[in-house]
Amino acid sequence: MQLTDVWFVVIAILWIGYFFLEGFDFGVGILTRLLARDRAERRVLINTIGPVWDGNEVWLLSAGGATFAAFPEWYATLFSGFYLPFLLILVCLIVRGVAFEYRAKREEERWQRNWEHAIFFTSLLTAFLWGLVFANIVRGVKIDADLEYAGNLTDLFSPYALLGGLVTLALFTFHGAVFTALKTLGDIRARARRLATGLGVATAVLAAGFLLWTQADGGGSASLVALVVAVAALVAALATNLAGREGWSFAFSGLTVVAAVAMLFCSLFPDVMPSTLNPEWSLTVDNASSTPYTLKIMTWCAAFATPVVLLYQGWTYWVFRKRIGTHHLAPSGGH
Amino acid sequence: MNLALAPETLARWQFGITTVYHFLFVPLTISLATLTAILQTAWVRTNKEKYLKATRFWGKLFLINIAMGVVTGIVQEFQFGMNWSAYSRFVGDIFGAPLAFEALIAFFMESTFIGLWIFGRDKLPKKLHLATIWLVAFGTVASAYFILAANSWMQHPVGYRINHESGRAEMTDFFGILFQNTALAQFFHTMTAAFLTGAAFMVGISAYHLLRKKHIPVMRTSLRLGLVTLVAAGMLTVVSGDRLGKIMYEQQPMKMASAEALWETQAPAPFSVFSYGDVDKGHNKVAIEIPGVLSFLAHDNFYEAVPGINDTNAHLKEKYRDTVGLDDYRPNIPVAYWSFRWMIGFGMASFALGAAGLYLTRRRFWLSEKLRTGEDERPRLALTNHRELHPRLGTWYWRLSVLTLGFPLIANAWGWIFTETGRQPWVVYGVLPTASAVSPSVSQGEVLTSLIVFTSLYAILAVVEVRLLTKYVKAGPPELTEADLNPPTRIGGGGGDTDADAEDRPMAFSY
Repeated sequence: MQLTDVWFVVIAILWIGYFFLEGFDFGVGILTRLLARDRAERRVLINTIGPVWDGNEVWLLSAGGATFAAFPEWYATLFSGFYLPFLLILVCLIVRGVAFEYRAKREEERWQRNWEHAIFFTSLLTAFLWGLVFANIVRGVKIDADLEYAGNLTDLFSPYALLGGLVTLALFTFHGAVFTALKTLGDIRARARRLATGLGVATAVLAAGFLLWTQADGGGSASLVALVVAVAALVAALATNLAGREGWSFAFSGLTVVAAVAMLFCSLFPDVMPSTLNPEWSLTVDNASSTPYTLKIMTWCAAFATPVVLLYQGWTYWVFRKRIGTHHLAPSGGH
Repeated sequence: MNLALAPETLARWQFGITTVYHFLFVPLTISLATLTAILQTAWVRTNKEKYLKATRFWGKLFLINIAMGVVTGIVQEFQFGMNWSAYSRFVGDIFGAPLAFEALIAFFMESTFIGLWIFGRDKLPKKLHLATIWLVAFGTVASAYFILAANSWMQHPVGYRINHESGRAEMTDFFGILFQNTALAQFFHTMTAAFLTGAAFMVGISAYHLLRKKHIPVMRTSLRLGLVTLVAAGMLTVVSGDRLGKIMYEQQPMKMASAEALWETQAPAPFSVFSYGDVDKGHNKVAIEIPGVLSFLAHDNFYEAVPGINDTNAHLKEKYRDTVGLDDYRPNIPVAYWSFRWMIGFGMASFALGAAGLYLTRRRFWLSEKLRTGEDERPRLALTNHRELHPRLGTWYWRLSVLTLGFPLIANAWGWIFTETGRQPWVVYGVLPTASAVSPSVSQGEVLTSLIVFTSLYAILAVVEVRLLTKYVKAGPPELTEADLNPPTRIGGGGGDTDADAEDRPMAFSY
């Protein structure tokens, strides 16, 4: 296995980590309106991810930084090509982060309600946009001989890409509902489980359509395996949720995210961004990559840093393993 | 195309605005993380309540800041690809690695342990909770190192070769890039300036409360920590600035000649106090100068020649005639000249105020009996060992400290404006001109859109942030609860004798 292939896998893992972790963060954000009935319940939801959302988001920064370092051409074409969608994602992530941190810092009703609106809409929009972006990466876009994006904004809104957006939106909301059932107590926990069933069915329909479409378009045997795993995991997540096995259900909804994203990367390889104008102009692991020297340095760094990161992030989840109910909320937040 | 709206100009404005804005929060975050960690360490070691109250108070202001630093930092990670794709392709092999290191080593640590610190108060034993804030502090410093190493490579590219076949720069010596003298000097200067910033902030806010004789024990301690840090960091900022300046005279003589509006090579070279000149004709109309001082800044002696702008420009034109072929290698000279002066002026004003404060509030050992004050009294500003500063002047000292608490923020901003615009017309000095670095596929309209969106969003958030800071500054340190004074002894919460109702106990902190 060449280093370029290794780094394709590493970047896939970073994106998988990001979608697994921030996937349920987005879901929880969306549920603040879908599931919570009052401010106390919204607070419970926000506090299930309060200590961890920031660490989860670093997976995105790592994926971005690693792409820059390992595949500069991919980084350059992707971010300049999808300029406006990324602008929107950045604006959402900025507002959303500030919303989590500032919402409880004032007691005024209007202040808190505004930030809660912000959390809902930014989570919803970002969850959709990531699917849109990845669908376009996998399907390929107009890339010219200079490896520059040659399409326009409307090209990014094909039916396939829109379906991709709906899939991540539904999947993350489902993943968030399962997470909520695992992390909360009382009435909201029971309702989260009920809502998860409906969301799971919707996700299954959308995801099956999208993944089969992807498989039919450019899939191979590896992506087929990932597809089967994704679908099976989703069914298992639904079944265990119905049976009230919340831990297992979360493990399976997480596996669904992992397998679905893995499936996209499998069908992408060895391209990293195919050109729909001319296959010769596609960005691949070979023509987009850095030099072996840089990749070697990066490999050492990742090999040492990643296990340590996993260890302390895992430990954080263990420290905050307790479920939260409305009666656990500190009387007034922010102090 | 109208030059003022050329994509390069717009992209530069966007990068300048988003980066300077981001860097308002960075130095405060770096220094307040460490200062808060020091206060919390004092609490863990002495069990004195004033230290815990101070930790809570400064920690809160630190959190309000770091939130903005984190979210505006996300833009920085992606802006290179979005607006500077030609740059990213050309230097990605080199420039991407420190960015990836920064995320993997520093950002993860910062962001994970900040969550543990915020919510871990009733979940972690005292010493473990203390460790989390130190890890956050370490993360902020490590992050600064990597990004400054990356920037230093743009100032002074080393450890690379140009692959003429692919037309890209390729890394040949990673540790050479990571530890070159420019990186070490920039890091040293940026860190000392960061602590100057946090210290002036701490001194100003402590002065605000002491002026009103509120929260005296906590603010007295904070004032002391702030003043000592301010003076130490101020002195080191001078030293590190001098070091970085000397390196820049070697590596980018044009930047430094512009900083002084030194048009012609002179020996000995004078330091310019004020000048007004004609950029097109290449000379000053008015100049007030101190002879010899610039020679000293550049070479540590009062006689050696310092190359001027006109000679350097001629030399660079000759050197790059066949490769790059620009008409003019001069940066915007008035910007370089004035930004350099504002940087030094604002930074040193805070340092001077700190030095005065440290003297006026000196320890009891140097004071006569009647000027000594207790833990819960406002320090008396002692002019001599026996005489207090006139009360009216004293009040002005406290007021000035409050009014100037943001001075180092201004100095930092001008410092970056100086070092980045002073490098122009290059994005990578001597290797890649800025005009060749922008994204060719991104339209004028798109850049204009994002420029307007970021600028307005940042302006709104600035108002929100400053109001929130003001609210918490005015509120002063929070009252401590039983739970605060009895942290858990077991991980996950609980421990001790009162563990029966642990399952239903409310969280000590929730959003």
